[in-house]
Amino acid sequence: MAQAKRPLSPHLQVYRWGWHMAASIINRATGVALAVGTILLAWWFVAMATGHEYFATVQGYAGSMIGRLVLFGLTFCLMQHLAGGIRHLFMDTGRMYDLKINTSSARFTFIFSVLATLGTWFAAYKVMGVL
Amino acid sequence: MTDMKTPIAKVRGLGSAKDGTHHWLSQRVTAIANIPLILFVVVSFVGNAGKGHAEWVAWLKQPVVSVLMILFVANLVYHMRLGLQVVIEDYVHDHGTKFASMILITFACVLIGALSIFSILRIAFGG
Repeated sequence: MAQAKRPLSPHLQVYRWGWHMAASIINRATGVALAVGTILLAWWFVAMATGHEYFATVQGYAGSMIGRLVLFGLTFCLMQHLAGGIRHLFMDTGRMYDLKINTSSARFTFIFSVLATLGTWFAAYKVMGVL
Repeated sequence: MTDMKTPIAKVRGLGSAKDGTHHWLSQRVTAIANIPLILFVVVSFVGNAGKGHAEWVAWLKQPVVSVLMILFVANLVYHMRLGLQVVIEDYVHDHGTKFASMILITFACVLIGALSIFSILRIAFGG
């Protein structure tokens, strides 16, 4: 169906970047990244069910430099999506719309996700006895 | 107000009036359920970091772990399906492409869920 070119509402490129809008778009971007990550999760489950040998192969991929980089990125995405999601749940109840708290809570999600990502990896390396 | 359109013609194609909030609510409910589930998964993955196949299998075989992981995967793929749907609705405007994309993500989410859950069950019930 041919449609007339109607004006669209302004999108990302017209806004000045701020913590609140960054938190909003990054929540979506991390969600999409995590969705791709679930393919890896399914692969990992299948590998475990397949058997000892194939599982070791997949664990080898995961433990490689690229594998660790991807998993580190996914950990960050997970923590950011978690914090951003909880922030959005608060906003769904009508709270935190005041600009000040909205911005500071957005900034907090990033602080949380960076610390939680580093903490998770630190703990994992501790468990492995590497650190 | 001098609109000659019938009421039905005005609302046709705008979507159902019956369950507009269902998607929104489901997304929130699955988000809430995801919080404890993901914390369990992260703690488990960290706790088992570097372990071999036998140890991972022994961990997953525990009934509570198997059930929690199945719930995690099911809730995850549902949440993911709902989220990806909104992304497609926002960015894909061509009707045909939108329709195809919706089917594709639905199939992908179900497939990812089925592969994961089947694997978990196979490990849980396996010898």
